[in-house]
Amino acid sequence: MTRKGIIDEAMRVVLLCAGLASLSIVVLIGLFILRESLPAFHEIGVWNLLSGKEWRPGQGQFGLLPMIAGSGLVTLGAICLGLPLALCCGIFLAEIAPTWIRVVVRPSIELLAGIPSVVYGLFGLVVLVPAVRQIDYPGNAGFGLLSASIVLAVMILPTIASVSEVAIRSVPDEYRQGALALGSTRWEMIRRVVLPAARSGILSAVVLGLGRALGETIAMIMVIGNSVMMPTTMGGPLPGIFLSRARTLTGNIAVEMSYATGLHSSALFATGVVLFVLIMIVNSAARALMSRNVRGGRP
Amino acid sequence: MGTDAPEARLRTVDYSLFYGSFRALRDITIDIPENSITAIIGPSGCGKSTFLRSFNRMNELIPGVTVTGKVLLDGEDIFHQNVVALRRRVGMVFQRPNPFPKSIFDNVSYGPRIHGIRDRGTLAAIVERSLRDAAIWEEVKDDLQKSALALSGGQQQRLCIARALAVEPEVILMDEPASALDPVATMRIEELMQSLKQKYTIVIVTHNMQQAARVSDYTAFMMTDEERAGNLVEFGATKKIFTTPADRRTEDYISGRFG
Repeated sequence: MTRKGIIDEAMRVVLLCAGLASLSIVVLIGLFILRESLPAFHEIGVWNLLSGKEWRPGQGQFGLLPMIAGSGLVTLGAICLGLPLALCCGIFLAEIAPTWIRVVVRPSIELLAGIPSVVYGLFGLVVLVPAVRQIDYPGNAGFGLLSASIVLAVMILPTIASVSEVAIRSVPDEYRQGALALGSTRWEMIRRVVLPAARSGILSAVVLGLGRALGETIAMIMVIGNSVMMPTTMGGPLPGIFLSRARTLTGNIAVEMSYATGLHSSALFATGVVLFVLIMIVNSAARALMSRNVRGGRP
Repeated sequence: MGTDAPEARLRTVDYSLFYGSFRALRDITIDIPENSITAIIGPSGCGKSTFLRSFNRMNELIPGVTVTGKVLLDGEDIFHQNVVALRRRVGMVFQRPNPFPKSIFDNVSYGPRIHGIRDRGTLAAIVERSLRDAAIWEEVKDDLQKSALALSGGQQQRLCIARALAVEPEVILMDEPASALDPVATMRIEELMQSLKQKYTIVIVTHNMQQAARVSDYTAFMMTDEERAGNLVEFGATKKIFTTPADRRTEDYISGRFG
């Protein structure tokens, strides 16, 4: 074999190994978490874990429902607050902004994505929590789902804005010209032709944001209050639920892992499994949406 | 205006177009008669398409474009009109079929909808009439909810024509509408143009001289001058342009000596 042929073959093996390594890391982590969580699933039972409303490790009660609800609600809140802003950002950058604004705004949005989440947490702690505390509502402490949702909304903004911008940009210009030539205004063109054509890309942007929101830990711990309780309206109207303290699945693990032993430790690994499965569902939904985007294009 | 022959639907007077400081079209003056097909021919890069896109102000989408002179629709300067209203009167069919990624029905009803028609029955009537006028109704009537992207290229182009007709324009601009199609689909588009000229004024840009000779009533021959700006060399009845052209350059071009 020639020298070049040997290098070629060697590189092939190296790259193959790298590929296999990343695959096996995922599999090993999955297996490890699953193994550690098995005692919890075995002794407590899957259904009791998922539906139990009480989490009192000292008394052997391991119900994850409060944390599932906390993660779910804070994610919902973040999407409700962040999606409109992020989507408008993406539309603005892709369709409306003149170049000089785009070169200023886009890097600043990307910078948002680069800020460590603990800094977002600090911002929430120092600015948002005191501000939310001003809302006159029984039981409102400032710490809770609303503050956490706002922090999270800002954190998912760059993901959704940039992915949806790319999706909108990839809509063929022929559609825009066709729409304008029929007498559309620019907004009619965007709303009726461009956005529907970019729909699946925008959906996958949202789902990616969802995944990011579900996985966020430290910023949530800092502002959500971390009380193990089902989020409650505290006797007020339904939106009041967002002033309730809560705890996320991620926070549950991070807060307690340092001192947990035995079944408690295993239950925290089970929390990780629940999170893992949730994020896997979200990610495969995103992938399915994106592949549909490719097929939906011009044949 | 008004002193000229009344049948001139579209006119340009000393019309020039610039990309930044580059002059792409030079002092074009032309009267395009109504209810007829006018073909614009000429070698690649002579500004045919740019000239065509002047009539519905599509060139404005390109940054840095400026114009001088006039473009008149029914005697009124189109640059003093609302561009959205103008494009409603001057429809366009593009070189590559560009149906929206929507159903056939939604493609054709797009124009009427944005112009305020909501009633489902009215829309359905417009869609049927437009598809019939574009000679594609028989092929698609059974499944109007099918994606327009599932149609063949030739069908897509006729759908795009139907989509333009649905807005009830006065003028239809066609930018090499058959260049992406096979000969059979091309023939259907050409037949369609013949039936459409009863109601509409059609301006078509084509690379294909046989096509211009076959379908058009009038022909405009364009060429670039020594500064690479597009000029109108000769304009007249198609029969005359192709048999006894007045200009040497026209004769050279149509006899295939260059271009």
